[in-house]
Amino acid sequence: MDEIIGEFLVESYEGLDQMDESLVRLEETPDDIDILKEVFRTLHTIKGTCGFLGFGHLEKVAHAGENLLSLLRDGKRSMSPEITDALLATVDKLREILASVDETQGEGEPDIDQIVATLAVLTADDPAATTEPPAPPSADAVGTFAFDDGASDTTGSDRPDPVEPVAADAATSVDGEPGAEGDTLGYGIDPAPEGDGEGGAPKKPISLGRLGDMLVTAGAVNRTDVEIAAVEQQMGDLRPLGKILVESGLIEQGVIESVMAAQRSKSAGATIRVDVALLDRLMNLVGELVLSRNQIFQLAGERKDHEFVTPAQRLNLITSELQEGVMKTRMQPINNAWARLPRLVRDLSQQMDKRVRIEMVGKDTELDRTIIEAIKDPLTHIVRNTVDHGIELPEKRLAAGKDPEGLLRLRASHEGGQVNIEVSDDGKGIEAEPLRIKAVDSGFVTAENAAKMTDTEIVQLIFKSGLSTAKSVSNVSGRGVGMDVVKTNIERIGGSVDLKTEPGVGTTFKIKIPLTLAIIPALIITCAGNRYAIPQVNLLELVRLERDDPNNRIEDMHGAPVYRLRGRLLPIVDLREQLGAEPVVRATTNIVVLKADDQHFGLIVDAIEDTEEIVVKPMGHQVKDIKIFSGATIMGDGRIALILDLMGIAAGANLLEATVIGHNGNDVDTTPVDSSHALDDRTLLLLGIGPQQVAIPLATVERLEEFPQSAVERSEGRRVVQYRHQIMPLIDLGPMLAFTDSAFEQSDRVSVVVCSFNGRTVGLAVGAILDIVSHAEVLETITEDSQSVVIAERVTDVIDIPALVASVLPITTTPPAAEDQPSPVEAARPSSLSGV
Amino acid sequence: MTKAPTLDQLCTFRLGPLYLAIGVLNVREVLHHLEITPVPHAHHAVEGLINLRGQVATTIDLRRRLGIPERDRDVKPIHVVVLSDGEPVTLLVDAIGDVLDVDSFTYEDPPPTMSEQARELIMGAYKLNSELLLALDVAKVVDLYPSSIEPVEI
Repeated sequence: MDEIIGEFLVESYEGLDQMDESLVRLEETPDDIDILKEVFRTLHTIKGTCGFLGFGHLEKVAHAGENLLSLLRDGKRSMSPEITDALLATVDKLREILASVDETQGEGEPDIDQIVATLAVLTADDPAATTEPPAPPSADAVGTFAFDDGASDTTGSDRPDPVEPVAADAATSVDGEPGAEGDTLGYGIDPAPEGDGEGGAPKKPISLGRLGDMLVTAGAVNRTDVEIAAVEQQMGDLRPLGKILVESGLIEQGVIESVMAAQRSKSAGATIRVDVALLDRLMNLVGELVLSRNQIFQLAGERKDHEFVTPAQRLNLITSELQEGVMKTRMQPINNAWARLPRLVRDLSQQMDKRVRIEMVGKDTELDRTIIEAIKDPLTHIVRNTVDHGIELPEKRLAAGKDPEGLLRLRASHEGGQVNIEVSDDGKGIEAEPLRIKAVDSGFVTAENAAKMTDTEIVQLIFKSGLSTAKSVSNVSGRGVGMDVVKTNIERIGGSVDLKTEPGVGTTFKIKIPLTLAIIPALIITCAGNRYAIPQVNLLELVRLERDDPNNRIEDMHGAPVYRLRGRLLPIVDLREQLGAEPVVRATTNIVVLKADDQHFGLIVDAIEDTEEIVVKPMGHQVKDIKIFSGATIMGDGRIALILDLMGIAAGANLLEATVIGHNGNDVDTTPVDSSHALDDRTLLLLGIGPQQVAIPLATVERLEEFPQSAVERSEGRRVVQYRHQIMPLIDLGPMLAFTDSAFEQSDRVSVVVCSFNGRTVGLAVGAILDIVSHAEVLETITEDSQSVVIAERVTDVIDIPALVASVLPITTTPPAAEDQPSPVEAARPSSLSGV
Repeated sequence: MTKAPTLDQLCTFRLGPLYLAIGVLNVREVLHHLEITPVPHAHHAVEGLINLRGQVATTIDLRRRLGIPERDRDVKPIHVVVLSDGEPVTLLVDAIGDVLDVDSFTYEDPPPTMSEQARELIMGAYKLNSELLLALDVAKVVDLYPSSIEPVEI
């Protein structure tokens, strides 16, 4: 019995979710009879099952809703906001009772009188009824379940109901009703005892009904015959369609049965419900299989035994396919997370007298089910915020020259192993200035820092806890809790959330999340003799320090180790200390620069190994409460490595509390609030050309490569290399800038900075790649036509790469030998250069 | 007070001076030589994690759990795999013994003089002819943080 109830709950919840969505859609397209029918069927199924299981309250509520719906469906009443409200309230009430059933196995004592009364009033209030012919309730409603009898006359005002005009429709009705299949068959063939009679005059064009369609499609009977039978029905023949056909000798009864059986097994067999725990176990088993496959594959490679290699390869293929397949079973369309949003938006906007249209693109984008679960709440929160703060009142929108109806757009798409979700609105956007003031007032940043921060950086502060953009607190949002939780929740599953806003135009939230949580890319490091995995999402960069380098070392700031990373103090945490291992003296220090909850810090590890895709395994309850580990994984050699929880480590090292220092105004740059580590224009790549040094904005740099001289070829008198299936032109930066040193004369290998902009990729050949510096430590002297900065006490030119490249490699014509006979300085745009 | 728990067949093993037993139905398998990955900051009885055919299992050193001195380095411990809430856990023992059918009439509760720590984990003893066979409460042995979860110091 419990199993039946469990199944009933799952199905009902699904049905109600679907109803939410359908009802909101109905409000827009009130005449869509298909949606109405669908809603009706869902409610009807719930009602039927409730009666069967003896849930009287549920049945009563569902029944009252069904009465109202049947009027709508028959066109005796048209949708109105009140009706939608009442129906949505019905859904809520049903959900509430279901929740009680879920928890206590009983309905409890829900208060259903009000909702039933509301529905009854709306049902009774029947302006159209007098003019319309008495309309039937559905054949759908009648006869499938025994307890349906009398359903239609419970509400006093309902007329005694004749029945659905076209009996063939009876077959149509059944497919939404699990458990009713047995009846379905009988329907087509036996005279239905409930009387599939003819009600009013024929209203519809000849409809063959589901059974007729099926028979025609199956080729069991030709279309005309069915049409004739259908017309006969409409003319008053009381027999069901199937019976008419059989009795006219057009078809064998057995054929009808087999067609219907085929149809039934088709819909029943296409999908099955599977316990999620079973899928998880399958996923684990496949993970195991992958490991065994790896081992066997390795053996096969060593043995060079052909008889062994062939099956090993096949095993390899099959395993990969199996892995993919099992992963797919866990995928669900993102619509599962979106389905309740239209309802939410409708309720909110009505509550706030706003008008909001919701648009959803990419509903079918698939994600691992655990991730779907994890993003539901953050998404709801963002949408809630958008409707509350983002979208303006209709009159304000009109005044601003916008459509009075606001637009909320959800968009999802796959992109390279990740899923992008965008929530955008065309509302009022977020203004940076009030936020800047508020941030200073509430002590998030010092006034000095706030003044330095760009608008984009300021706006990101809404993800800080305690800071709200709302001028007033509404009961929907604005208390300043929430957006930080959104960010934390999204980051917990390895995702990121970003915000773009333009005052007066709108706001866009961009969420990036991984496809699956089960397999993540990670950096493997060793510390105190064991391997640990660091999730790649936390990783910013790697820094290596030699002990003998006095200018590049970890400094002590009254007991707190720090490192100067591009002029900013990076707090340093020794993983050995965190693990409780003995400290050691290191010749070279490896620092992994990490980000946890916006806090950047350096983690000293013993050695850095490699990046790997790891399969995340849960740990037993004896160890899973240790805060510095988030899980474990099994490495290729079968040994276990623990996955570091960077949030836990940061918290354990008191790094997260460090932000509090900033609140008191003692912000000593240990807690960069802004994202200064991001690669923006202010971060420069420092290059050496002979004794000189020049800098280029890191933002234009795609990769750093090294090619042997032998790889450099010539094309049209210009040096080129083959790079990633393309021919990439090389620019010898030294002669270009009127320095004497050519990168090609120094050694047998050439350092190349690969730059990419405007769809072009070029390589800059340089003498040496020195460092990455940020503006924080440079002194700018920008005159009108040159930009040079002082880096490490040396004047350094910042080169405008696009201008330089445009001068050497015009897009249309290519001047030959541009680099062999270096153009004078003027070749590049003057602003890009200046003498040293 | 001498009503025996429903243990019929017992899996027995040695741990220092002790002769211990758990219900044979609790035991999933017995394994030798597994690489153990230590877990810093774990409960002191946790030896580490092992790879149990693709599943991550916690390994508990039964000596430390029962407060017996550490075993000699040259004694290679044996893993007795049990299930706890569906999760595999291995218990490190010195040597594995026979599976015994014991008469529940020989069972007796522990004396009040037994230490508090041991009383929690040892349900009682079967008085065998040669020596006492102590019955372990597996559920309590693997439950390192009974009642509420103690915060772990980092």
